[in-house]
Amino acid sequence: MRPRRGPLVPLLLVLLLFWLVGYPLVLTLLEALGAPHWTLAHFGEFARRPAEWAALGASLWISLATVALAALVGVPLAFVFERREFPGRRLLGSLVALPVALPPLIGVIAFLFLYGESGFASRGIQAALRLSAPPWRLSGPAAILLVHAYSMYVYFYTFTRAGLARLDGSLLEAAQSLGAGRGRVLGAVTLPLLLPALSGAALLTFMTSLASFSAPYVFGGSFRVMTTQIVASKLNGDDALAMVETVTLAAVGLVGLWLLRRLEGTRSAAGGVRGVAPRRRVVGTGRWAATAAGWGLAVFLLAPHATLLLVSFVPRDTWTTEALPPVLSTGNYRALFADPVRLTPIVNSLWMASAATALAIVLGLAAAIVAARRRGAWGGAIEGLVAAPWALPGTVFAVALAAAFSVRAPWAGRFVLVGTAAILPLGYLVRSLPLTGRAAFAGLRQMDPALEEAAASLGASRALRLRRIVLPHVRPALAAGASLAFLAAIGDFVVSIVLYTYDTRPISIEILSSLRIQEIGVAAAYGVLLTALSAAAFLVWGRREG
Amino acid sequence: MSDFLRLEGLEKRFGETAVTRGVSLSAARGEIVALLGPSGSGKTTVLRLVAGFEVPDAGRIRVEGEDVTDLPPERRRFGMVFQHYALFPHMTVGENVAFGLRAGGAAAGETRERVTETLSLVGLAGFEDRRVTEISGGQQQRVALARALAPSPRVLLLDEPLSNLDPALRDRTRRELKRAIRKVGITTLFVTHEQEEAFELGDRVAVLHRGRLEQIGTPEALFERPATRFVASFIGRSSVLPAVWSGGARLEGEVVWPAEAGAPPTEGASVDLVVRPDALLLAAAPRKDGLAGTVVERRYAGRIAFYRVATGAGEVEVLAAADAAREGDPVVVAPAPSGPLPLAFARESEP
Ligand SMILES: Nc1ncnc2c1ncn2[C@@H]1O[C@H](COP(=O)(O)OP(=O)(O)OP(=O)(O)O)[C@@H](O)[C@H]1O
Ligand SMILES: [Mg+2]
Repeated sequence: MRPRRGPLVPLLLVLLLFWLVGYPLVLTLLEALGAPHWTLAHFGEFARRPAEWAALGASLWISLATVALAALVGVPLAFVFERREFPGRRLLGSLVALPVALPPLIGVIAFLFLYGESGFASRGIQAALRLSAPPWRLSGPAAILLVHAYSMYVYFYTFTRAGLARLDGSLLEAAQSLGAGRGRVLGAVTLPLLLPALSGAALLTFMTSLASFSAPYVFGGSFRVMTTQIVASKLNGDDALAMVETVTLAAVGLVGLWLLRRLEGTRSAAGGVRGVAPRRRVVGTGRWAATAAGWGLAVFLLAPHATLLLVSFVPRDTWTTEALPPVLSTGNYRALFADPVRLTPIVNSLWMASAATALAIVLGLAAAIVAARRRGAWGGAIEGLVAAPWALPGTVFAVALAAAFSVRAPWAGRFVLVGTAAILPLGYLVRSLPLTGRAAFAGLRQMDPALEEAAASLGASRALRLRRIVLPHVRPALAAGASLAFLAAIGDFVVSIVLYTYDTRPISIEILSSLRIQEIGVAAAYGVLLTALSAAAFLVWGRREG
Repeated sequence: MSDFLRLEGLEKRFGETAVTRGVSLSAARGEIVALLGPSGSGKTTVLRLVAGFEVPDAGRIRVEGEDVTDLPPERRRFGMVFQHYALFPHMTVGENVAFGLRAGGAAAGETRERVTETLSLVGLAGFEDRRVTEISGGQQQRVALARALAPSPRVLLLDEPLSNLDPALRDRTRRELKRAIRKVGITTLFVTHEQEEAFELGDRVAVLHRGRLEQIGTPEALFERPATRFVASFIGRSSVLPAVWSGGARLEGEVVWPAEAGAPPTEGASVDLVVRPDALLLAAAPRKDGLAGTVVERRYAGRIAFYRVATGAGEVEVLAAADAAREGDPVVVAPAPSGPLPLAFARESEP
């Protein structure tokens, strides 16, 4: 019983979404194909270069190895925190999930400060063993993998914990009473039942790793993966090749997404909670082992971020060979706010991320409302466009936006936005849209349509129903989506590095420049500030979700 | 009585609260014992102690003289049917039933034979390859039973095995369950909060209340010779009236009803009088042993009806002819000469 209206609003919305999300991708594909002189030459060029194959192979094996490592850390961690009771479990349990909420670049520099050549850990070992040189160099694939495992274990951790919490405890007891020992219960019952959660985490980790840019960019050196290869080609001015690389990476990402979708389809097989969830064990020596394991792992996993905090209080050039910094002061922070040049990135990041989030809320909500009203092709198109940027690596969109909006052709919907203050918020908007969009779609789906019908039958106009019925219903979900959107925007590095100008440089870019000129403390202070902003947004999200 | 399964003084506390308090009972080989009690009385806890999922704070559990208290569940060889069945959702019916056999190291051929045999025992022959999520609730219940029985356990434990079935199915499944258990001849401990179920399935019924075993006996014994006030009021329908002992139960004023007491209370002691509806009648006129009252509710049940009467001594339920009175009528309640004698229990000072 929905009021019929002309297709004008949905049409405009689809056009807008397409212009923003689909069009740049199409233009990228066209340029890769050499339009208007159709050719596969660029692809041939790509295929002839061993370096391209190496980068593609590297992307794939790094992602697969990341999955294995992240599982190795995340799954046992989840078992400890879900199955054992020990002092501090709740607090640590949520703290160890935090790294995933922080911008990847933060993880990278935190890791650098702890394990890098002049990092906290290396200095300590160097001092302790009286070595003349740092004990290791942090670079290449090993470093990338370490950083990946360090942040992406969280997917396995949260998915496994959720899976374990959902597991019906009486299934385990049933297996036990049928004579199965611990190993058999784990192998024949627990793990098979966790399979959907584990494969979900594996694919998410794979996709995130495939899209990862910060770690390969900072640690990779001459070791290239697709994301860094694309940006390198782009910066070298080899546009056509960059387009082909982008298309290739997007294709790999889409295959991943397709697998993820299929997986979600088969997920419903396992039953939900029926009996009691398995109780946390608190007995005997296990308690000490669990406490030690829980705290040990948590300290280990959070050490980089603690180091970041420490380094942010170290004034320039005061920490040379000592194991511990000799001087601590708040000078770096004061410098951020006293010096207009240093304040600019903070202001930039804040306004650009806020603007992108606000736009993402409006657009995401509009998309959800329109799509909910008309199922079928329009609805599907809208939902697909909103979700697409989530599935594709940020590099893909950065390059696509750069290609689409550096040409003036108003009749084709193309404007020169690259180099203006508009391009970064637009880029952030595209990246944030799936987050608000998904939330709005989910919020609307949970709403009983009878509520709106009841309001209509009571004489409420369309606007009144939107304001009094629909908005209050989707607000919690939308607020959660908005904080994630803000998180993604303020922490962005990959879109920024392709599209920033000196005047619009955000915090992430400034962190890198500070590092380059050895302003370690200032970089750390920026990092802590970014962490604080992200954590604040994350807390808002956590509160809404809980 | 030879006791195949013995529980001796089982105690279990969760934090501050004692959930089972000194529960002792034994079952003969092949006997079916029902654990009956209201919600929260500790039935499931007793069963989980026996199964080994909980460790008792005190007390022992023995089977055939062997002390199994310290054995982990997987080494007790007790079969258990869970309230929600706990069928492994990622396995077929056959794989579920085979699980315990495989865990026990049975050979493939032997396992297959036993699975077929057990499935036909519960009337599910040929269901091996079905998914457990694609069969009905009643069938799931029977798969759970087959899975528990397949490894030939020493004792069968069932936690409210019928509570998840709709009432129409419950009667039939109950009979089939009893038939299967009898056929195997296994010693069975089975939890329920429904008296009818306990009476039909159990050779003997153990009544639990607040973690204590109040009484264990045949259904007849529980009904006719309840040992405690709780059992008297929990088994069957009855009303409880406060009274004072003086040769009988003195209620309001000079009204004294004849009553029976297990341990005779001292003169003048406070007692609780447990009265069944068929122990009373509605008298036409005031009489010496009559309590005056008003009918507050009438429940029609064919030729008879149950009348709830508010009297000065409290509310009582009376069974009488369907046309004896209407709601709101003033009536007189008196002991029926042919009815069972009301039972008096010394007033318990329960917290
Ligand atoms: N693991 C536990 N931790 C704390 N309290 C528990 C635990 N298990 C049971 N209890 C408490 O012990 C009491 C008895 O529980 P139990 O499950 O044995 O009762 P029950 O007779 O089976 O009840 P129901 O008919 O509702 O299943 C309840 O008050 C319950 O809250
Ligand atoms: Mg129970």
